[in-house]
Amino acid sequence: MAPLFQYGFFDNDASLLIALIIGIAFGFILEQAGFGSATKLAAQFYGRDLTVFKVMFTAIITALLGMFWLGWAGVLDLSRVYILPTYLVPQLAGGIIFGIGFVMGGYCPGTCCVAATTGKMDGWIHFLGMIAGIALFGEIFPLLEPFYSSSSMGQVTLDAYFSVPYGVAVFAVVVIALAGFVVAERVERKLNSIPVAEK
Amino acid sequence: MFKSSPYMNPYVAGVCLGLVLLAAFVIMGRGLGASGAITSVVAVGVNAVSPSHAQGSAFYREYLPENKNPLKDWLVVEVAGLVIGGFISGLFSRRIKLTVDKGANASNRQRLLLAFFGGIIMGFGSKLARGCTSGQALTGGALLSVGSWVFMLAVFASAYAFAFFFRKEWN
Repeated sequence: MAPLFQYGFFDNDASLLIALIIGIAFGFILEQAGFGSATKLAAQFYGRDLTVFKVMFTAIITALLGMFWLGWAGVLDLSRVYILPTYLVPQLAGGIIFGIGFVMGGYCPGTCCVAATTGKMDGWIHFLGMIAGIALFGEIFPLLEPFYSSSSMGQVTLDAYFSVPYGVAVFAVVVIALAGFVVAERVERKLNSIPVAEK
Repeated sequence: MFKSSPYMNPYVAGVCLGLVLLAAFVIMGRGLGASGAITSVVAVGVNAVSPSHAQGSAFYREYLPENKNPLKDWLVVEVAGLVIGGFISGLFSRRIKLTVDKGANASNRQRLLLAFFGGIIMGFGSKLARGCTSGQALTGGALLSVGSWVFMLAVFASAYAFAFFFRKEWN
């Protein structure tokens, strides 16, 4: 039965070794996908290169379908997988702020570590900026706390929120992602056919 | 000079990333993350400078467990692995190079300044949202968390809305 750690298959020290291995795989794939480059990541927001969208949604539907099937087969106890609680308005506001930081700085927290480790100076500077931003948040936390804790909805998932079966929600996300890939390929082809002529 | 390898096909990379995420769910019962580990580093730093200040803050205290080393934490070790894995991949594909990544028409000074302020804004936003692209968008997205999907859509919408202002940085 899985999650293995929850069922006591190994202890806390072993879990840290697993963290290291999973982290290495995570960093390796991010770098291979081109996510150690800010110009590659930022191109997403100018429509030239939609790799960010493609990688992210392929990863989401892969893990989602894996969860669904392992849960269905009775191998994985889905209720034992930790879901972050929803705080709707602060997460919406945080996402808007995060998006500005993304297109301005060119990285997200994980990818800036990959950029830094492959020698990008802007990755290092972005990392230092994040340290400062988190410390700033920490320093004014007492002021922010009422907003930070507002609109609490608990651990709520899309299927529960829209009162549809889990399988239906999984199917809908997969269909939307696949449709998104078709659109993404068309947008890239269209936008990239113009600059080639200008070169 | 060795030529660096091309990047991996995005759909192949996505399936690989999804399998790593699925492995984390199956083995640990939790997903991936990044900003949480950086927050641990900040909390440890603040605690080293002024323990009373850190212990007096509800925000830092959450990242400073009493009976164990706060850096001996699952997420911190995972991000240490991420740094190593990124470096190995860079070596493997001959992409390790000291450089500033920017558009052809942007100056280094401008790019580094925007990287710094973008980092500040992003660090702040990730805390307000309780996570980043890894912990919220990717992990929470695959778990169908409502807040994570709201966060993810907000990130994309906002980045597109503000892209116009930073076009000179990337062109």
